[in-house]
Amino acid sequence: MANSDTTKGTGRLVHLRVKRQDGPDLPETKRWEEFKVPYLPQMNVISALQQVQKEPRTVDGKDVAPVVWESSCLEEVCGACTMVINGRVRQACSALVDQIAPNGETITVEPMTKFPLVRDLIVDRERMFQDMKKVKAWIDIDGTHELGPGPRESPEAQQERYPLSRCMTCGCCVEACPQYNDSTQFVGPFALNLVRLFNMHPSGALHKNARLETVMGEGGVQDCGKAQNCVEVCPKEIPLVDSIAQVSRDATKRLLFGWLLK
Amino acid sequence: MAAKSTIRSEGGKVRRVVVVGGGLAGLMTVIKLCEAKVPVDLISLVPVKRSHSVCAQGGINASVNTKGEGDSPQIHLEETAYGGDFLANQPPVKGMAEAAPGIVFMLDRMGVPFNRTPEGLLDFRRFGGTLFHRTAFAGATTGQQLLYALDEQVRRYEIADVVDEHGVSIPGEKMVRKFEFWDFLQAVLDDSGTCVGCIAQDLKTMQIKYFQGDAVVLATGGCGIIFGRSTMSVICTGTAASSVYQQGAVYANGEFIQVHPTAIPGADKLRLISESARGEGGRVWVPKDAKDQRNPKEIPEKERDYILERMYPGYGNLVPRDIASRAIFKTCFHEKRGVFNPKTGRNENEVYLDLTHKDEKFLRSKLAGILEIYEKFAGTDPYHNPMKVFPAVHYSMGGLWVDFEKDARGSLKAGSPRNHATSIPGLYAVGEVEYQYHGANRLGANSLLSCIYGGMVTGPSVASYQKSLAKSAFDLPKSIFEKAEKRCQDDYTRILKQNQENKSAENPYKLHQELGDMMLRDVTIERDNATLEQVLGKLSELDERVKKVACPDGSQRANQGAQFVRHLENMLVLARVIAQGAKNRDESRGAHYKPAFPKRNDADWMRTTLAKHEQKGAVKYLREFDYTCAGQSIHVTDAVDASLVAPRERKYEQAGAASAAATGKIQQPAASEQQKSV
Ligand SMILES: Cc1cc2nc3c(=O)[nH]c(=O)nc-3n(C[C@H](O)[C@H](O)[C@H](O)COP(=O)(O)OP(=O)(O)OC[C@H]3O[C@@H](n4cnc5c(N)ncnc54)[C@H](O)[C@@H]3O)c2cc1C
Ligand code: SF4
Ligand code: SF4
Ligand code: FES
Repeated sequence: MANSDTTKGTGRLVHLRVKRQDGPDLPETKRWEEFKVPYLPQMNVISALQQVQKEPRTVDGKDVAPVVWESSCLEEVCGACTMVINGRVRQACSALVDQIAPNGETITVEPMTKFPLVRDLIVDRERMFQDMKKVKAWIDIDGTHELGPGPRESPEAQQERYPLSRCMTCGCCVEACPQYNDSTQFVGPFALNLVRLFNMHPSGALHKNARLETVMGEGGVQDCGKAQNCVEVCPKEIPLVDSIAQVSRDATKRLLFGWLLK
Repeated sequence: MAAKSTIRSEGGKVRRVVVVGGGLAGLMTVIKLCEAKVPVDLISLVPVKRSHSVCAQGGINASVNTKGEGDSPQIHLEETAYGGDFLANQPPVKGMAEAAPGIVFMLDRMGVPFNRTPEGLLDFRRFGGTLFHRTAFAGATTGQQLLYALDEQVRRYEIADVVDEHGVSIPGEKMVRKFEFWDFLQAVLDDSGTCVGCIAQDLKTMQIKYFQGDAVVLATGGCGIIFGRSTMSVICTGTAASSVYQQGAVYANGEFIQVHPTAIPGADKLRLISESARGEGGRVWVPKDAKDQRNPKEIPEKERDYILERMYPGYGNLVPRDIASRAIFKTCFHEKRGVFNPKTGRNENEVYLDLTHKDEKFLRSKLAGILEIYEKFAGTDPYHNPMKVFPAVHYSMGGLWVDFEKDARGSLKAGSPRNHATSIPGLYAVGEVEYQYHGANRLGANSLLSCIYGGMVTGPSVASYQKSLAKSAFDLPKSIFEKAEKRCQDDYTRILKQNQENKSAENPYKLHQELGDMMLRDVTIERDNATLEQVLGKLSELDERVKKVACPDGSQRANQGAQFVRHLENMLVLARVIAQGAKNRDESRGAHYKPAFPKRNDADWMRTTLAKHEQKGAVKYLREFDYTCAGQSIHVTDAVDASLVAPRERKYEQAGAASAAATGKIQQPAASEQQKSV
């Protein structure tokens, strides 16, 4: 297939400024490095970093190790490539050079700050996956043997549930949340959204209270300071503030009347 | 004689199975193993929730027949065999088609937000190669939603205790232990050549470690990155498959690489626009006048050439992918009638994929996920402007050879340890990494199905294999594992050290680009023996040059450079299997098309390509071989089991040709009329 001509450059250069560090226990290696790489049509920050891999040399002519980062899908659906780009947390694969640096402006790229650093742009988001266990983010099915179809659902209910289910555990919301850091146990907006999601499902609702109880104590829904930063950075436009409000209402109800129902 | 306990080894250790890969196939296998009370170590390059399956857009097939069209598993089987141009063994396909409705119901119970009909039932849409509404979907991010559902179920097993025969929890042992950010390096084989575990590397600390396992299941997905840019995720390098192939596993039908007709050209990735766009009414066209410079919206209908509808009136825009891709390629490449770009002054390799005649609200509820991708990455609004697309490498029908055992009905025999066994005893393969279900061309929305069905079969199959073992891998001498671990450690050190002083050393990323550009240009839609001969020559050159690669990174932490060098070496090996297989096969079948041999040739080529590694740079193609499974020696030939659907020529010009004609029955007129109004 003769389509490889899209890889040819145009002479234009893309200017990257990358915050690097060789490992978590090597703070003395923290540094900024700058790279200039050839522009390609429809280029995003990932393809710019890929160019650095091919020619790992800084603007000062120093040969360095290529920058390392996480990525997989390259179409903003896996959540792997979250970074802080020009000061804003987002996916590098959907950060198009033409949009963020139309006139050759320098693009700054940094790792997220709320998670332990691994190296360069890679951080360890394990805490998010652990918190999904904590809030019981699943439906308790009896098994995978044949038991017929699931509960019926109206198209309207599906249209409400589906957008909440698109959370890709990317971490943008917790990076932006002032309440989320290593000195709190706050599970964060994405996890609260999952509580809402599973509590909405007819079979999920059978375990609604157990799920609510996981976010009623320390690190739960009352840790949210309602700053609303989260909803502004969510790339999937998940209505996080609504989800938090819903979970908060349900938790309060459970707190007030739970003992009556026991 | 079988071992006393399947839970604990003689030495008292918990007996585990290793599953490598946590896409749909791997996760489903894990769930089935856990239900069979087999504890699992799950190894994955990326957190399993970020596996490539997350990219799947369009949906999953199941002949639930909610639209009253008369769909059935039998027709699903027939259309899959026909669409695959009669290269798939049919018993596994029958098993899959029969299990499909149950699988979609299971996913529904897991909470997948499938789109619904007004009555609250599952909605189904059309996909290629069929006239039926057979594809269940969750918006246009179905793979993501299915992967999340299985991921959530596996998370439940991460906190479940391993329980012994007496129902007592074993302290500190969980049913699933996850090892994410780990790269599979090799299988560990004992003296008899049986797989008893594997070696993997922690991609953060770069520690290399062995994993014991009574069996190992590879669910490592496809290998599209061999072609440089494709619709696949960057992790789909095929490295694990290549590695076990080099250890002796047979690789089947490697030359069958699916090229998807509609993707957005891009510098780093060719992003897919799912077949569901056409399933929901999208039409492919180019201006009749090749020099037409008008905005596409200003070109009247009668001045447009709807190429697929014109060439294949029976199935129109929903012909199978191999056919649609060739038609688009012919239009753009041979006839130079791709969309004219006034800026560059030439006809680009692009055609229109048009949805603008559809209501925006309808599109948002059914296709938002993919139209979002187009809007984001191509920068124009697809609700009001036709999209511009071109074919891209998408899927590998070929993969590790795996066995099956059929039952009296001609379907898969449940629980047989032969199902999904590779030719290395104790090593299993499931998902896109194996070759079993799709023949020479996969129908859209059949892959998610084959991954999940494969997992449902592989779990019980591995559990019976484990029961048959006289001795657990956990009772073998440590030295077997330590030796293998040392070999991998040495190889890693070699990668770090080699050519560091060499001034003219090669950069692995540049070599990969050369490999990808060539494979994309010469080994995809149209294949020619003289060109393939050159490709093989160039591969030999790359085999030499890869020895001169210097690892660009010396760090002991998250060393992606070293990892990439290893993957590149493995990609080169599989590239040869693909290219040599393509050269050998002098016929045209499904995705494999040679203009010099334009017809399918069943007499000589209705057979599975079986590739066996000889040494670096040499592939041996087998007609038959023997392997051992659960103590039984099994003879395998390359004959295709076509016992259920009689092979015949594909004719998509004619509506209903893919199934009803097989039984001599003509498509019910009511059903086909209903289809036309879609
Ligand atoms: C853009 C796109 C859209 C698609 N849409 C559809 C669709 O609508 N319907 C459909 O039926 N099919 C579709 N497909 C095909 C389908 O998505 C894939 O075939 C399927 O998801 C493969 O699943 P899998 O479980 O085999 O592998 P994957 O999901 O690729 O998972 C592989 C796993 O193996 C792990 N792994 C790989 N190598 C290693 C290693 N060396 N060490 C450790 N772990 C490793 C990875 O981390 C990952 O967890 C689509 C494909 C693409 C590219
Ligand atoms: S609304 Fe709550 S969760 Fe969201 S950013 Fe603010 S404090 Fe964090
Ligand atoms: S809620 Fe949004 S921002 Fe937060 S992890 Fe999910 S997708 Fe990312
Ligand atoms: S690489 Fe998957 S979101 Fe960017």
